Amino acid sequence: MKVLLSWLREFAPIEGDPAELADHLSDLGMAVEEMRILPSLDGVVVARVAGLRPHPEADRIQLVDVELPGFTGEGTDGALQVCCGAFNMSVGDLVPLATIGATMPDGMQISERRMRGEVSEGMCCSAAELTLGADAEGIMILPADMELGAPLMSQLGLAGDVLYDLEVNPNRPDAMSVAGVARDLAARLGVSFRIPDPVVSESGEEISTVASVEIIDGDLCGRFGVRVIRDVSIGQSPLWMQARLTLCGMRPINSVVDVSNYVMLELGTPNHTYDLALVPGGYLGTRRSAGGERLVTLDSSEREMLRGDGLIVDRDDRPIGISGVMGGENTEISDSTTAVLLELAWWDRLSISRTSQRLGLRSEASMRFERGTDHELVPVALDRFCELLDRVTPGGVSVCSGRLDGRGDLPPPTRVRVRPARMSHLLGRPFSADELRGLLDPIGLQCAVLDDDAQRDGGAADGALEVTIPSFRPDVATETDVAEEVARHYGYQRLGRTVPRSPEPGRLTPAQRLRRDLRRVLVGAGLSEAMPNPFLAPDAVRRAGIDGAEPVRLLNPLATEESVLRPSLLPGLLTAAAYNTSHRNDTVSLFEIGVVFGPPPTGGADDVAARVLPTETEHLGVIWAGGGAADAVHLTELISSAFGLELDLENANDLDGMHPVRAAQMLLDGQPVGVVGEIDPVVCERHGLAQRCAWLQVNVEPLLAAASAAADRPYELVSTYPSSDIDLAFAVPDHVQASQVRSTLLAAGGDELRSVNLFDIYRGDQMDPGTRSLAFRLRLQADDRTLTDEQAADIRQRCIDAVERAHDASLR
Amino acid sequence: MNGPASGTPAEASPEALLASIDAARSQGLAAVTAASTSEELAQAESGLFGRKSALGQIKQGLGSLPPEQRAAVGRALNDAQQALRSAHAEAARELTASARREQLQREWLDLTETPPGPERGHLHLVTQTTERLEDVFVGMGFTVSEGPQAETDWYNFEALNLPSAHPARSMWDTLYLDLGERSELGDGEGGEASNVVLRTHTSPVQIRVMEVQPPPIYTICPGRVFRRDTADASHMPVFHQIEGLVVDRGISFADLAGTLEEFTSAYFGKSISSRLRPSYFPFTEPSAEFDINCVICEGSGCQTCQRTGWIELGGCGMVHPNVLANCGIDFEEWTGFAFGFGIDRLALMRHGIDDLRDMYTNDIRFLSQF
Repeated sequence: MKVLLSWLREFAPIEGDPAELADHLSDLGMAVEEMRILPSLDGVVVARVAGLRPHPEADRIQLVDVELPGFTGEGTDGALQVCCGAFNMSVGDLVPLATIGATMPDGMQISERRMRGEVSEGMCCSAAELTLGADAEGIMILPADMELGAPLMSQLGLAGDVLYDLEVNPNRPDAMSVAGVARDLAARLGVSFRIPDPVVSESGEEISTVASVEIIDGDLCGRFGVRVIRDVSIGQSPLWMQARLTLCGMRPINSVVDVSNYVMLELGTPNHTYDLALVPGGYLGTRRSAGGERLVTLDSSEREMLRGDGLIVDRDDRPIGISGVMGGENTEISDSTTAVLLELAWWDRLSISRTSQRLGLRSEASMRFERGTDHELVPVALDRFCELLDRVTPGGVSVCSGRLDGRGDLPPPTRVRVRPARMSHLLGRPFSADELRGLLDPIGLQCAVLDDDAQRDGGAADGALEVTIPSFRPDVATETDVAEEVARHYGYQRLGRTVPRSPEPGRLTPAQRLRRDLRRVLVGAGLSEAMPNPFLAPDAVRRAGIDGAEPVRLLNPLATEESVLRPSLLPGLLTAAAYNTSHRNDTVSLFEIGVVFGPPPTGGADDVAARVLPTETEHLGVIWAGGGAADAVHLTELISSAFGLELDLENANDLDGMHPVRAAQMLLDGQPVGVVGEIDPVVCERHGLAQRCAWLQVNVEPLLAAASAAADRPYELVSTYPSSDIDLAFAVPDHVQASQVRSTLLAAGGDELRSVNLFDIYRGDQMDPGTRSLAFRLRLQADDRTLTDEQAADIRQRCIDAVERAHDASLR
Repeated sequence: MNGPASGTPAEASPEALLASIDAARSQGLAAVTAASTSEELAQAESGLFGRKSALGQIKQGLGSLPPEQRAAVGRALNDAQQALRSAHAEAARELTASARREQLQREWLDLTETPPGPERGHLHLVTQTTERLEDVFVGMGFTVSEGPQAETDWYNFEALNLPSAHPARSMWDTLYLDLGERSELGDGEGGEASNVVLRTHTSPVQIRVMEVQPPPIYTICPGRVFRRDTADASHMPVFHQIEGLVVDRGISFADLAGTLEEFTSAYFGKSISSRLRPSYFPFTEPSAEFDINCVICEGSGCQTCQRTGWIELGGCGMVHPNVLANCGIDFEEWTGFAFGFGIDRLALMRHGIDDLRDMYTNDIRFLSQF
């Protein structure tokens, strides 16, 4: 929202340093995104066209003799000679001349130059070149009453004016107008604010004889005001109006459109004009569409209505506009229009919001209707339109007497009970009723002390105020809303600062602490943390070798490549590894701890959320580009030892995405919690990974739960008695896992068998086919005595017997 | 090594014996000195000690001396043997030490010749930043809460005072999930409230906390959030936020301002302070924008802060009474504040990273810098 300081001053005597005013505006919640002090452009002055001559060497340029008091030049009779590419001026016209040495708004400096051999002693300017209008084609023709030789900007009253670009929050419909911004700023500065009464001189017939209005659906339209204006001649609006509109971001079009926009900017009241001749009987009706109706809007596109959309219809129930969004082409005003039907309505906010969003038609008007306009301004804005159109139309216009004022369902006036104690509590500083009134009255929130009866009804006599909320603040509806107004006008920065203290100490949960530990174990193992995109292409899952359930789809993805939620961390980490190998870092090892998604759980959960939400499981995924299965196994052991867990591996063939025979399931207390091994080389190749890749995936929640349970494990006494080692090598069939042999040894060895470590594996000529030699080192030790040779031998024999019996193995 | 002094003991006179002892001693010491390696010293040992050595042979002849002469010669013999032993021991020590010295010298290494060994990995910048933030708030008495990333419309919007047609919903470009029949199930039972979205902020976690935990509540909700935004230098469809929630008796706007100020100086340093400006969020009232002094210029004005001296960090405000009521909390008895800001941008600011996308390429050349 752009506002000019000079425009604000038409509503309140606002004085002060522009930068300080900007600070006030920001502090009031209308953040100043940009402040521009308009240049005085002293070198651009009002000059008169004294003669026009063709350029002897060029068709597209003409020579202009420009009369400027105090200057003589190379032109006819001592006038300045200016080369000009525009041909829209006539002898006698006043035009803006940028004299030699002048600096233009874009920073360009004007100097004397030659164009095709002819000297140019300055430049005639278009509105666009001066940032005063949209027209870049023709030279600005200035009003004849301007003072010759005077600087243009000061003639326009713009020199030194200040343009603020404000960021207006959605809850401030009032600040979507010059008047509303002025009201807020005036309250802060303690100066008076007033919307001047427009002066309309009516003539001709009574409006009811030429127009009528009917509100068919009152929940759509709360108020529908109409004026009829005759003797309209469409022309250009005056420069001052064009300049204001342009500076405030609107394109000047013609006098009627410009006045319409001007009123909207000034009072925050969007309005619409119809060519009276095209509206049968001057009848305007408004109702909700039953759906299916079609209308060609002002932008020449055909729109189809859905049930509930707001429409303006004519006497024959034919749509001629979309309520609060855009008018129809069939009643559009044109150069031949002479009578205008002016609509100024108040629409239901949600209806406008729904329709404009659905149609993708967000206009300055719909934006204001969505936030809520001020229905009490309807007659004022109607009159202001007439007053302005009369002023900008040469010869004036005729305004039919009276207004039509259709009424639908308007929101009832809101009264809010405001307790000073509650205000003080919420804002952390004592506020008296008087102080509240001093802050609220100036912004139109009228405070009255509740009488004694009302006080009694409300409980204790707490000095509560009854605050009447004005129609321009539909956002203020509760005591808390009023608290924000109090805080805003008191000043957020002036409210105190205190620090509340939790009765409990701050802490992480055990799982949160252990997740941090897990990350550090991984980092210590040389792994770096990646954060791949959790959105995948639909085929990415299959490309990673994962079958199974369909992944969860996005309803409105940005792109097909990001249209499903990952059911596994594998595709993302494969992509990350491939990115690095393609950038000549082919041995990266990356991990991710993140959520994977699955379809909602089947079976009846108690609440709706649990039934409809996808399942989310936190996984750890690790990829070693250029690594082997041993990397994944070693990390499993590292995690086991870091958290005091027993993680077992069980060889498993044909796991999703894995090498057919180089993979294992990770078991925690016998339950599968993850997968380790090598990634299917076919999958690797599909991702452009030429080398072997190792993989580990584990479900984080059970891992951390077990880690948490193991965190307080009791101390096991370290024996002070000597230990002895026994090495045993077995010929073991390949189908028996080494870990099974190890478990058998541990179980058979009893308490005195302290550790079993696989230290040698041999496959070769000396072994029967289908078997390999596994050599284990057993450490024996007792807590209470030195083991005798006989006792050691006994343990040894028990171990050998157990392995041979259980695994079809033989001691070597 | 038998010297010329060796003769038949039978012929020896005490004087001659003493002379040969002297000679043997001198020769023995010379032999010890002459040995330049432990091996040479070992070879010399048979000539120094034992029966066949010069002194050993003299000792064997001692018995032929008359007893009265034997003592003096014996003493001389013992002295000589003692001298040789200690010289030998000394030499042996010295030779072992020098051999060890030489051996160690041969083991000379240029330690900078070492090829690279195992490396430590690196935590992602987002993790590092999140943990730093968590630590500051834990120090201020907060717990850390987590919740699902896919949420129902109720948790993400409606419970937060954003009913379905609320215009402010357009403040978030929301990604919806297509759960097929299950969505219809939701439509049947809970209407739009059971549509499933990817959470656009971590506020739904606040709702979940308030639903189950009676006040007082002091918690933060860090986590991953989603918007339907095309990736560019300052936007990602997937990014990270941290929100805070306090609900207690007597909580005021001043408590919000004070808490954010305490956080600001704890996280950014004492030279950085905060300010609040009026703003609008449907779930807070009064609402505020939370600015801090520009961390680059510390408030004097630079390009990063567009010469304002301030950086917009996030939004905050007093929890809207409707939100408290939606969670079954009596808003007359309890009041609260909430705040939230982006984690990713803090990481960028801290390390001078211009493009948010760089943080998510998973390029090891990026990851390994932090």
